Parts: sequence; structure tokens; C-alpha cells
Amino acid sequence: MSESLENRGFVARSMTWINERFPWTPTMEKHASKYYAPKNFNVWYVFGVLAFVVLIIQLVTGLFLTMNYVPTAEGAFGSIEYAMHEVDLGWLIRYAHSTGASAFFVVIYLHMFRGFAYGSYRKPRELIWLIGMGIYLVLMAEGFFGYLLPWGNMSYWGAQVIVSLVGAVPIVGANLAEWVRGDFVLSGITLNRFFALHVFALPGVLVVLVFVHMVALHHVGSNNPDGIEIKDKKDEKGVPLDGIPFHPYYTVHDFFAVMVFLILFCAVMFFAPEMFGYFIEKPNFEIANPIATPDHIAPVWYYTPFYAMLRAVTFPLFGLDAKFWGLVVMAGAILIPVALPWLDKSPVKSIRYKGRISKFMLGMLVVSFIVLGYLGTIPPSGFGTATAQIATLVYFSYFLLMPWYTQREKTKPVPERVTGGH
Amino acid sequence: MDDTNPSSVTRRYLLIATSAVTTVGAAGAAIPFARSWTPSEKAKALGAPIEVDITKLQPGEILKPAPEWRGRGIIVVYRTPEAIKRLEEENRKLADPMSKRSEQPTYAKNPTRSIRPEIGVYLSQCTHLGCVPKYYGEAKPEQFDARWKGGFFCPCHGSKFDLAGRVEKNLPAPLNLEVPVHQFENEAILHVGIDTGEFDE
Amino acid sequence: MSRFEIVKWSKHIGSLVVVAICSSLWGASDTDWELEPMKPDLRDKDSLQRGLGLYVNFCLGCHSLQYRRYERTAKDLGDIPKDLMLENVIFTGQPIGDYMKSSMSKEDAKNWFGVAPPDLTMVTRVRSPKWVYNFLKAFYMDDTRPFGVNNKVFPSVGMPHVLLPIQGIPEENCFGYEAVDLLELEAILREKKLEGILTRTDREAEVEPLDRVEGREPNCPELRTIPESGLYTVEQFDQAAYDLANFLHYMGDPSREIRMSMGGYVIGFLVILTIFAYFLKREYWKDVPKSPPRVRTEHTSEL
Repeated sequence: MSESLENRGFVARSMTWINERFPWTPTMEKHASKYYAPKNFNVWYVFGVLAFVVLIIQLVTGLFLTMNYVPTAEGAFGSIEYAMHEVDLGWLIRYAHSTGASAFFVVIYLHMFRGFAYGSYRKPRELIWLIGMGIYLVLMAEGFFGYLLPWGNMSYWGAQVIVSLVGAVPIVGANLAEWVRGDFVLSGITLNRFFALHVFALPGVLVVLVFVHMVALHHVGSNNPDGIEIKDKKDEKGVPLDGIPFHPYYTVHDFFAVMVFLILFCAVMFFAPEMFGYFIEKPNFEIANPIATPDHIAPVWYYTPFYAMLRAVTFPLFGLDAKFWGLVVMAGAILIPVALPWLDKSPVKSIRYKGRISKFMLGMLVVSFIVLGYLGTIPPSGFGTATAQIATLVYFSYFLLMPWYTQREKTKPVPERVTGGH
Repeated sequence: MDDTNPSSVTRRYLLIATSAVTTVGAAGAAIPFARSWTPSEKAKALGAPIEVDITKLQPGEILKPAPEWRGRGIIVVYRTPEAIKRLEEENRKLADPMSKRSEQPTYAKNPTRSIRPEIGVYLSQCTHLGCVPKYYGEAKPEQFDARWKGGFFCPCHGSKFDLAGRVEKNLPAPLNLEVPVHQFENEAILHVGIDTGEFDE
Repeated sequence: MSRFEIVKWSKHIGSLVVVAICSSLWGASDTDWELEPMKPDLRDKDSLQRGLGLYVNFCLGCHSLQYRRYERTAKDLGDIPKDLMLENVIFTGQPIGDYMKSSMSKEDAKNWFGVAPPDLTMVTRVRSPKWVYNFLKAFYMDDTRPFGVNNKVFPSVGMPHVLLPIQGIPEENCFGYEAVDLLELEAILREKKLEGILTRTDREAEVEPLDRVEGREPNCPELRTIPESGLYTVEQFDQAAYDLANFLHYMGDPSREIRMSMGGYVIGFLVILTIFAYFLKREYWKDVPKSPPRVRTEHTSEL
């Protein structure tokens, strides 16, 4: 008994010593034990934490992959196979990283959908949204650079196609593509710079952006499925009436969510790491061959919606060829969510209280995204292209018509206090 | 939490149990990373035991070129009967004549530090700072020692070893030359890096 | 009525799923040659060992397994003793710790075949074990090809039929020609008859002369082996093709077995941890007062 008291004394004294020199306790309070989150979070609110978990998985497995990787055209493919065949449990680290890449996009897309549905981009969270879009763009670049590194045939031709896209930029295109490659064809020189970007520059940017994303979030506080501000109703101590401390309530809650996620993650990683050719494509088990294109080039599934839009543009316009407009449409589709905070004119934030048109449009957005994603994985066909064109229009109309339909439609009354939840 | 709350006891036990299982899980997750640092199949193949043909080795000579095992040269020396006799006599000058502190398999812990008295197998690496000792097999006056009885001399810092790889006193090298694990398959074939005992009588 | 619609829709969804699955297997075969099913079995060490034997005898001369070492292969295939490996498997005089490389130089290969024979360590992952099995069984004699053979699964294949000594001589079994419109056929035949082009060869003796039309592909839906022309019977050869495909399946992903068993343990552990996590969460959330349930109201108007 006396020993435990003495122990507690030692811990308390140590904490005082640290806090005099570093704001440990205040930081913990600000971001955990006295960070009040709405108590009505639903399942859509776990994907931010899951994205963080996947980031950690990618950083750690990526670090260990570099220990066996050789970033040269001659050595890259062999070094991956060396890790797979000869390094003890090297295959596990590699599969964790390849599964993690797809898992990252799964959780990020769901995380973004949550933002779409509950108006998480609305005032005062515009900056959180913009930083988040920055994370998304960096992630896409990170995935693209990383996909070249195994130097398989699909790696090679996928990168070849995307780098050629840069060539569609009028006037400077050809020079720009050459500059990106650093060579007249995609070569070991390109691989070397992509490697540097993938393992050093972009992860650094990503970590900083994630940090800033969280700082901004903890400054304004979390949104919730009702889209109302819990900070508007506080008790006499200044604690939001509908808020609960993030720690311990959401730490134990999210810990459970992370475990469920890890079960699914491990199921893929151990039993179907290729995910039937969707996570690791078959031609990537063959070394890059600059004179033999795989029968059918499709990007990895997380780019296919945008790839389908690129292919959907088949006609020239204003004297510029279809290739250029395809690039414009693709870039536009990726970037347009940036404008959401200013496109949404609805008096309410959450889809729960928005009108019928908003609900319909959100549903159509999801449908068009999935249809495009599917079309992007299959070889082009006449019917497919026509479908992709319609789906592209649907996708863009969600954003471009938003100022109109969010103002026009009837909404539901928003409750004073949060509803539903656990 | 409020200590009077009846559920706080359950809570504490649940917390301890979950933390314990999580710790096990975290340790488990570290295993693949730790294991990926162990020598890979490639490293093992490069470090695999080697077979050395010793038929061409003549008395009073060492095998040339020196066979290589795990990136280090191996001295295989064929000692003459006179040299073996000398090894058994002269002990006072040596730092560790009985090889009590030095590294060798038990079957080489004898005056000749070898399985067969005439053939010695040593790592070609001075126990001081890792230079390669040079072979001066004949018992004749040398520049570095007027009363040289044959052995190895390290050109870096002047350590002297006799034909059994035993170091002389008061010189930089502290220990005798290391004896790698080895075995003789027959009169002609020596294995370095493995001692299964399957070829012993 | 609504039930009908549901059935209709579920059918659509079903076919969508089928399309999705099929498309993921896209590129599994270059032709419409029907592939026989083949189920690899990595626990069948006898089959894998036979496959290894066949591979080193017939394939390794040209096709390396350059990411794999003999020693590891021997260990995985049921601890084959070193002496046995050195005598029966390693013909190149390499040490057992070496990669399973073909002894042919790249320059020679290019001279002989036009391209270097590909490494086959991961062929079953680029294609599939089923593809390899069917490929091995789909060679047939074809005088028009440089090596005198062609392949139904890989048309215009650029390699000889190395398994010919054991399989025997495989030939196409043809039944007339690809069907064409009867009226059109008659018209063409009449024309051709006048021109006297119709000819027959001995091999197509049983083919109806009326079917012989220039520009029509012969209809050869099967292959058959000339009896007694090879060392193996048809069944033995099928087994050999299976063993090779099975061995290459092992080769492509040597961690498969350990991965599966390890996955079971890891997920089992995570399930236990999840149960703890669930009860911990439930215990803590007893503190949190419930919010009122969501009230579903009609759309009224703007606020």
C-alpha cells in the first residue's frame, strides 16, 4: 500500500518535472481527455482513424521494404522477388504494403463520402476540407509513383500511359513528358526519381498534411451526422452538452473499430493478397518489357473511375484534340470537390435534413463513381464509352448543379440537440 | 472514473485484460520486421559451407589461393613432422599455449589446434585488428625475428603466430588465430563451415 | 408483382457479378480453346517432386527459375536429401545453394528462338496453373511453324514441343470446316467446282469434300495423340502435365502454405482481441447518456 503511494508520488513528480519543460499534460487534455466530440457519431466516423492506422502501416512496411529494394531498372524487379522469396517473412511485409495501398484508398473514399453526406466541408470546416483534399492528391501521386517501383510490366506500361498524358498539354506537352521521365522513354532514370519521391518527399508531405488536418479539426471541433454545432449548447463549465471526451470514450470506440478493420485487412493480406488481380495485377508478375505491352492496360482499381472519364472523352473541341480534353476532364473530376464548401448553398449541412434532390444526386454520384470505376477496369467498347460519358455527366452535375438544387429544394427542420448514435 | 461506481471494477479488469492482449499483439506485429533482418536465403547461400580440395597441398606449404568462406580467407597449412614436433615443445613464448581463451571448436583444442596434426585450418585474420597475417613457413632468421621457427607474421602491427596459429606474448594480438568449424570428408576433401561429425570414425 | 421485379433485378445483379468476375480473369487465355479444369494441390509432395524432376529434365535447359534456389526448393518439397538433389536434379554442377538458372546464354537463346525464353518462376501468377496445364497438353503438329508444332492455347508459340518424346505425336482431330451459311456455301462450292480448286489431303480423308472451301478455317475441336508414339500413355502424360503445372504453382508463390496457416492464427488472435475491445467499449459507454432517437419528419420548407 505504502509502496503504491510512493509509486504514485514518483509518477506525479515525474509528470510535474516533464510539464515544466514540455506541455505534455495540456496537450493530452486538449487533444484527448478534454477534446469534446459529439456523442452521436455513427460508423461513418471511424474512417479517419482507420486512414491514420493505414498510414502507419504503410510507413513502417515501406521503411522495411526499402531495406531490400534496389531502385534500378536492372535490379528493381529482382529485388522485390528477392524480398518475396528469400527474406524471412519478406512476403508478409510486401503484401502488407500492397494491401495497405488499396486499403488506404478504400478508407479514404469512405471518409470522403462521409464528408459529402454530412456536409463536413461547410463553414467553419472549409480549411479541414481543403487540407484533406491536399492529402488525397498527395496520396494519389504517392500511389502512382509507388506503382512503378516493382518494375513489373503493368507498372511500366501504367506509368508510361500516365506520363504520356502530360504530353497532351498544348505546346509544352512533349517537352514536359520528357522532363518528367528524364529520358526519351520511361527508364531506370525515371524509376530512380519516382523512388525518391515515393519514399522520401511525398511521405513527408503526407505526414505534415495529416498533422495539420488534425490540428484544424481539433481547433473547430468535429461535425456529426446531424450537421449541428455542439459548441452552441454548453453547460456552465463550458463543456458542450452533447460532447463527450474523446478519451476514453472514442479511444475505446475506435480501438474496437480498428480491430474489426485489421481482421478484414489480414483476411485480404493472408488469403487473397492479389485480390483476384485488383490489388496486384497479373502482368505485374512479369518484369517490365518496353517492347511488349500487356494485352489490356488498366490502372489499379482506385484510379479507374478517373481513368474511365479520361477515356470517355473521344471528341476534339475548340481545335484541341480529345487527348487534351480527356486530361482536363480527369483533372477536373479529381479537383472539383475542392470547390464543395462554396458550391453547397443549402441552409442545412447534413443529408439527413437536406431535400429529396440532394439525396438523389448524392445517390447518383455514388452510382456513377462505381460504374465508372468498373468501366475503367475493362477494355474499352462502344457501349462502355457511351455509359462512361453519361456517368461522367452525372458525376459533374452533382457538383455543378449543387448551387441550384441546394437552394431550391425543401429541407427538413434541424433538431436543437444531436440525435441517434450509440 | 468514480470509484463508487460498481462497474469500475469490471472496467479496470477489462482494461487490464485488453491491454495485456494488445501488448501481445503488438509484440507479434513486430516479429515479421525483426525476422526480416535475419540472414536471408541469399546471405545463407553465400555463407554456406565450402568444400576445399587439399590434394595439391604440399608439406611445409599453405593452400594457394586461400579459399574464401563468409568473406574471409582460410589458412590451410600442411605442417612437416619437424614442425609438429616443434609445436609440442616450445611453449614459453606463447600468450595462450593451451588455447584456453582463444576461439576454436573443441576438436581443435590441442597443441596443434587441428583435427589432423599435419593439417591446420585457421581464419586468415589477425585477432588484433583484422589484418591478414603472412606465411613464413620455414624455420630461419627473418627480418622481424632472428630466431624465427616458422609461422605467421602480421605486417600491420607485428604480431607473430606459430604454425598452429598461436600468438606470441607481449605483442598487440591478444588471442590465437580463430579456428573455423571444419571437417574432413576424406583425405582429399575438407569442408569449412560445417561439422556434422558424419565422416568421423 | 413487386416480387417479380425483385427476381428480375436480382438476376441482373447476378449477371453483373458474373461479368465482374469474368472480367477479372480477362487475359487468362489468348484463344477460345476451352481450358480443362485443373486444381493445384500443394500438399501433394509426390506430385511436386515429380514436377521438379520433369522441370529440370525438360524445361530448365531454356527456362530459368532465377528467383529460387535448389536448396530451398528441396527443403519445401519434403526435405529432399542433398545427395539426391546433386545426382538427379542439378545437372549444371552448381552448388545446391545456387539459383535454378538455365545454362543457356542469353545470346544463344536469341539466336535460336528470336527471343530469350522467359523466366518461369512466376508464370502461374502471370497466367494460372490451369493455363500451364492446358498449354502443355495443347501442342500439335503443324508443318507451317518453324519448330513443326503449334499450340492451341498459345497460337504461334515460338518453342519446340519438348515433351514430345513422352507424350508422343499429337495431331489435330478435324471435323469438316467451320459452319457457314448453307446458301452461301452452295454458291461458293458451285463456283469453286467449276474452277476445279477442290482438293483433299490424306489427313483429312474423312472430311466431306463439300466442306472444303478456300478461306474457311478447318474445324478442329480436339487433339489426339498417335497411339504408342510416346513413352507415356495419355493418362500418364496428363499426370505429367498436372505435376509440372502444380510444381510451377508452388514456384510462383512459395509462401502460400505458411501464409494460409499463419493467417488463420493471426485472425483468430485478432477476433479474441476484438471481443475484449467490444466489451471494453460497451463498458465505458455505459456512462454516456443516450440521445433522443432520430425523428423522421416530412420535408417542410427552407428554414
